[in-house]
Amino acid sequence: MEPSAAARVQPSPRETLDSVIIRFAGDSGDGMQLTGSQFTTATADAGNDLSTFPDFPAEIRAPAGTTYGVSGYQIHFASHDVQTPGDAPDVLVAMNPAALKVNSEVLKTGGLLVVNSGAFTANNLKKAGYEVNPLEDGSLDRFRVLALDVTKMTLDAVKEVGLGSKDANRCKNMWTLGLMYWLFGRERDQTVGWLKNKFAKRPKLAEANIAALNAGHIYGENAELPHGINAYQVPSANLAPGEYRNISGNEATAWGLVTGARLAGLEVMYGSYPITPASSLLHNLARLKHFGVTTFQAEDEIAAVAAAVGASFGGSIGVTGTSGPGVALKSEAIGVAMMAELPLVIVNVQRGGPSTGLPTKTEQSDLFQAVWGRNGDAPLVVLAAATPGDCYYMAIEAIRVATTYMTPVILLTDGYLANSAEPWLLPDVDALKPFPVAFHQEPEGFHPFSRDEETLARVWPVPGTPGLEHRIGGLEKDRSTGHISYDPHNHHLMTSVRHDKIAGIARDVAPAKVDQGDNHGDLLVVGWGSTYGSIRQAVSVLREKGHQVSHLHLRNIWPLPEGLGNLLDSFHTVLVPELNNGQLVKLLRAEYPVDAVSLPRVTGLPFRIGGLIQAMEERLQGSAI
Amino acid sequence: MSPNSPKKEYTRKDFASDQEVRWCPGCGDYAILAAVQRTLPSLGSTPENTVFISGIGCSSRFPYYMNTYGFHTIHGRAPAIATGLKLANPKLDVWVITGDGDGLSIGGNHLLHVLRRNIDLQIMLFNNQIYGLTKGQYSPTSQVGKVTPSSPLGSIDQPVVPTRFALGARATFVARAFDTSKKLPEALSAAREHKGASFIEILQNCPVFNDGVFELITDRKTGPAYQLWLEHGQPMKFGANGEKGLRLKPETLSLEVVTIGEDGVSEQDIVVHDETNASLAWMLTDLPEVVALGVLYRQPGPVYNESVATQRDLAEDRFGEPDLHALLRQGHTWTVS
Repeated sequence: MEPSAAARVQPSPRETLDSVIIRFAGDSGDGMQLTGSQFTTATADAGNDLSTFPDFPAEIRAPAGTTYGVSGYQIHFASHDVQTPGDAPDVLVAMNPAALKVNSEVLKTGGLLVVNSGAFTANNLKKAGYEVNPLEDGSLDRFRVLALDVTKMTLDAVKEVGLGSKDANRCKNMWTLGLMYWLFGRERDQTVGWLKNKFAKRPKLAEANIAALNAGHIYGENAELPHGINAYQVPSANLAPGEYRNISGNEATAWGLVTGARLAGLEVMYGSYPITPASSLLHNLARLKHFGVTTFQAEDEIAAVAAAVGASFGGSIGVTGTSGPGVALKSEAIGVAMMAELPLVIVNVQRGGPSTGLPTKTEQSDLFQAVWGRNGDAPLVVLAAATPGDCYYMAIEAIRVATTYMTPVILLTDGYLANSAEPWLLPDVDALKPFPVAFHQEPEGFHPFSRDEETLARVWPVPGTPGLEHRIGGLEKDRSTGHISYDPHNHHLMTSVRHDKIAGIARDVAPAKVDQGDNHGDLLVVGWGSTYGSIRQAVSVLREKGHQVSHLHLRNIWPLPEGLGNLLDSFHTVLVPELNNGQLVKLLRAEYPVDAVSLPRVTGLPFRIGGLIQAMEERLQGSAI
Repeated sequence: MSPNSPKKEYTRKDFASDQEVRWCPGCGDYAILAAVQRTLPSLGSTPENTVFISGIGCSSRFPYYMNTYGFHTIHGRAPAIATGLKLANPKLDVWVITGDGDGLSIGGNHLLHVLRRNIDLQIMLFNNQIYGLTKGQYSPTSQVGKVTPSSPLGSIDQPVVPTRFALGARATFVARAFDTSKKLPEALSAAREHKGASFIEILQNCPVFNDGVFELITDRKTGPAYQLWLEHGQPMKFGANGEKGLRLKPETLSLEVVTIGEDGVSEQDIVVHDETNASLAWMLTDLPEVVALGVLYRQPGPVYNESVATQRDLAEDRFGEPDLHALLRQGHTWTVS
């Protein structure tokens, strides 16, 4: 976003921008997540495409004013297709010195900096580590600075409501939101309604927050803004027609699980132990009991998956959700579900690892754990969602594959998908294809490991069915009777059949296909999971420059889809960017004769488009023929 | 069996699977298996609605020998797997088979929580005070000083008292019996009748690695002097002729063994068993000179799986028919034309 000469004329017409990235930053207690999500809703209403990224600290309430207590919310909106929350913000809203300190490095030169000068007290400056007030020492000269005493103006605006100073002070975020609404031409109605609803039982708080919101807006309307700062408009994007909502990955996963279970004709038993960033799956599902969902907050990660395994034995679809450390604890129970050939869905909302790692940051470093992380030869299915909305469809697919093939399925999402929001074109749920489960009923010739010839899935007989009493477990079973067997030849055959069953699923999913570009060329960028948007955007930039670059995004991590080997073979160079130290790249190199190149990044943050473009250009130069 | 066929009368044989039983000769598990197979028909159980869930260890082979549904799971986790099963289908009669290692060592956490939640199932903990399947290491119930391959100078671990653990977890039904006892079926029946999590410790002899550890208690000759069979509302007497009993020592709030007719002790001095009294049950878990058997404690409480069903009904009343279309549209939506 660049200022224009037209900005000097007052009252100015709104300057038209194609795309804007705003970052709201403040103390954990400043309500930045609420501010950001309200701005997001108003922006969606304005018809822009958008993508958001909340970035909050691990501490629930870090000491006020400190840099490690800064909470951020970034939104990227545009009149065109938006794939990511963007790299460097055009606009930074800093509610205190710490928020400025943490974020001023990333703000673009020439970017708009809105600061609450009222919070730049000696004490706050010291806590943020500033020896001199940056508003006064010229260090912010490369930005367009709008320094306003938001604290004072908020207190003035809400004075008449008669709140205590603490509650009055907390309306600052709404004052700021009101100003931002004016700057970017957003409507206030939706937020007014939301505040009335949120504070229905405390009408004074609703009144004060609305007063602050309006005051911020009125300030924008009337004040003579400094040179170079203008009001803007971002025309609506050309989105596919239909009904939309904003959706985060964890909401989408929860709703996809409910949808998938209904398509299968099963109830859901969701066992979970709270863990960042997966807990909101449990919260979302706990509200959906009337959809045939039972949620069980277990004593630990192991009990959570064990209860899900027990429920699947009983004829529900057992589901457990967690993050990497939780999967580590669940490994043995996932193994027994694999061995007993019971359906089970494990959602791993990945976070920065290893060990406790970076709990609130995003990473894709559990791919090896998902594909290989069990004792013995223990193949199962691994899926990965690419966008927040894709979590819905992948959760449905996880239940379809688990119940069709009697196997555990690990669905990989991550902290970024879990918490980011994007506009989502609502699906027609009536058009989704059901995959009803038929429990085995026939006692004649029954044994628990008799299989479907095509899928190799074993039968699913549930307790309570007369004549099908049987025992399963973690011990090896005879392939033709289902009884315990220590026969060496039988073990070899059973190991093979378990392998073949999972490998065969590749025939039942879409073959490998490039998402963007041709089926051959100089460079194929292979991604998986939440890097979809960044890679897509970077590849389209290079394609516009005329490069022979294609993007292929894997949703089926194991088994890998058919036709992948041929595609990998059709490019001069294969580049694999991932938010880990190089995991998918090793899987590809193990499975195909491909000299794929790794582009690892483990900073706890998504890829920057600029960085991806640079890396791709380097590979293109290297591969120039 | 079609739904219209007359109700079948089941016998012990209907509950025995065709699998060869492979416990060591003389193992106490044989007697327990026989008691269960004998008891279930008398309780009106059916093979199709009965499920045995076990963990890992000698005792956990139990499900293979029952002609019911069964799941031989992983070490220590049977209570959690059984919880999920019961939540998925509350109509099933679920039994958890575990041992002192499986239930109190690796699976102690799950035992604690299944008991405090009070899920409607039966937990049979076979206590032989030793690790059998791994060839004889001391277990969490082994006595201090027990010499085993992993404790050549004697175990220095303080043992856990299983029934005391159960009471500490606020179990609503706590009983104790031993493998060869004729009264084991009675304890099993009481456990099955109880709504909620029923915990039964079964003292079980391991003839290979811990032979005779309960011999004084279980032997026909010496047993009567050590077995105190509890009956609700009856004075707690034992001995070959019922000459001994438990008297309350108010000054130390403990129970002592006394002989009726000696030192001025009369029948009236003997404490009457009240199975709803948790304090009394606590004292009965670990008595000097004698072992309390039968139902130590029984006090019904809210049953977890019933509360789950109640909340499900509540949600259905409040939110009505599930509607995916409406679910996806809750909150704010907008239309692009």
